[in-house]
Amino acid sequence: MAIQRPAGEFDFSYAYDMATIRRRWQWVMLLLFLAGLYTLPLYASRSVVSLVNRIGISIIAVQGLNLLTGYTGQISIGQAAFMTAGGYISALLVNNLGWPFPAALPVAALGAGLVGLIFGLPSLRVKGFYLTMATLAAQFIIPWFTRQAFPEVLNGAQGLNVNVPVIFGIEFNEPGKYIYLTLTTLIITTVIAHNISRSRLGRAFVAIRDNDLAAELLGVNLFKYKLQAFFLAAVYAGVAGSLMAHHLRHINSETFNLVDSVLLLGMLVVGGLGTNLGAIVGAIVVEFIIEGATLSAPFFVELFPATAAGMIQALRPLFFGVTLMLFLIFEPRGLAHRWQLFKAAWRLRPFSH
Amino acid sequence: MNWQLLPQFALTGILAGGPIALIALGLVLIFKSSYIFNFAQGQLLLLGALFTWYFSIELELNLWLSIFLAVAVMALIGFAIERFALRPMTGQPLLSIILMTLGLSQALQGLALLVFGGAQRNFPQIFSAGDPYKITTPLVHEGNNIILILKQNLVWSFVVAVIGVIIIGGFFQYTRTGLAMRATSEDHELAQSTGLRIRRIFGISWGLAGVVATVGGVLLATSSGLDLSLSLVVLAAFPAVLLGGLDSIPGTVAGGLLIGLSQGLVKVSKVPIVRNSAEIMPYVVLMIVLLIRPEGLFGQKRIERI
Repeated sequence: MAIQRPAGEFDFSYAYDMATIRRRWQWVMLLLFLAGLYTLPLYASRSVVSLVNRIGISIIAVQGLNLLTGYTGQISIGQAAFMTAGGYISALLVNNLGWPFPAALPVAALGAGLVGLIFGLPSLRVKGFYLTMATLAAQFIIPWFTRQAFPEVLNGAQGLNVNVPVIFGIEFNEPGKYIYLTLTTLIITTVIAHNISRSRLGRAFVAIRDNDLAAELLGVNLFKYKLQAFFLAAVYAGVAGSLMAHHLRHINSETFNLVDSVLLLGMLVVGGLGTNLGAIVGAIVVEFIIEGATLSAPFFVELFPATAAGMIQALRPLFFGVTLMLFLIFEPRGLAHRWQLFKAAWRLRPFSH
Repeated sequence: MNWQLLPQFALTGILAGGPIALIALGLVLIFKSSYIFNFAQGQLLLLGALFTWYFSIELELNLWLSIFLAVAVMALIGFAIERFALRPMTGQPLLSIILMTLGLSQALQGLALLVFGGAQRNFPQIFSAGDPYKITTPLVHEGNNIILILKQNLVWSFVVAVIGVIIIGGFFQYTRTGLAMRATSEDHELAQSTGLRIRRIFGISWGLAGVVATVGGVLLATSSGLDLSLSLVVLAAFPAVLLGGLDSIPGTVAGGLLIGLSQGLVKVSKVPIVRNSAEIMPYVVLMIVLLIRPEGLFGQKRIERI
């Protein structure tokens, strides 16, 4: 599908063939869009900016999960645990060692990546459902570790208060400023994820997903590439966790929990597995649905007055769960696939076949 | 190690493993027939207990009648889930099916909170809260015989769980429907070609899973009270199923007891961090088993491995 170009458009050079953004008007659109995002704090309300911030961070985590689950086909329900790891490492580096945030972020990402490697080790022996259970183990063992180990440093179940990131004397202490950190990181992670997916590494991942025996026969070292996928997914989770911890300015073992892991997987499925567009679209759509659950709470309070207090906690999983189930039944390949179909139909118009 | 506590905690652990084994059995029921691992089992458990609470406390029915009604409602819900959520998933990849049950778990959890509210509830006592049983052992510590103290709740829950396991095991082994379910688990197409209606069998196994979940939920709620976190108990049962090898009933029972035992044993330790590791012990045991013996302790060696 991807090869299909609009009528009248030809590749005159390899560089043009490989380019992601091909036309000048596409560059203009992209830059206008980014400019719109970067100037968001100037015209949007605080809650909107905060939502965009959260969406941005979710996208980063989903991009990592997409490399592991979407491209390599290893199902993980432990992504939030690696976010916990990244968040804690970053918080400790900034709080206790006084590191600047731009240095702490990559180190936290690498640290989370190493934790991810440990829990990727069972991929040596098992796959499919059994491996999923190993990632579920991460989801229990890592938060437990932060609660129980080194109470004088990690402060047990209370968690840590995280310092505001300061870069060049600027304090990123409110959503309107923090969004610049999120967006800049998001652009970098998007470019990296996109390029991984179309390099040798990404092709090896896809080969493992589609048929691991055939991939091994072709010389793809299964264990090495699976571990790399686990590592990359956890690095992305570490970045997202670090960003979120400094955004919330607090982290404990429950900041990123099992439900968040399920949520991230759900975002990936809603967007479309194994597509870079899907990771972005899915995170946006699911975050909007959850926001919709929050906004529609007053309406449901009238219907179920007994639950008034816990209404938002009830509606969020309900909305998300139902959305996920409907997508799995009616659009299992996600919104990215639907978008591809739409583009193809538009290019062939008026001859749809 | 506080050695004198060892017999007490080992025994308590094994007894606590009984309900875990029963809950795990609900998972095996579904997996054996349809190769679906039901992440929503915890929510079925929760709903079963909530319905029992609703019939007995809110509607003030007889306790046994309300358990019976709850079992009936949950069997219907099990059928409905299979029909409307899982059947469209037939032939879909593993990820879709896993996500379907995960989405289901989220939806049911939200629904339970929406309809029943999130308050902690008093659940009717099924077993009398009388004096705990005391067993004097021949083991001697500091001149005194070690006395094991067992709560009545714990013992009777264990007994009910064991009876439940025996009934289900017998059902699988000796009834025609059980035979049909075992045949279906061997090979769907082959079973269908011999005239078994495998759709109906999937439905029956989901209905049965709802029944088992209700019994498990009632057992847990009667000993530890009822609130929405009841669904989390199942997270200890997932590893029990894998330890047993996913499709073996005796293996699952052994897995459940082993998990209970491991949780009991770490409590004997004097080191605080080990003592507090009871909640993750199922998953530590799971990781070890996955690395050493991925097919589980009793499973058949046909699982996907590399």
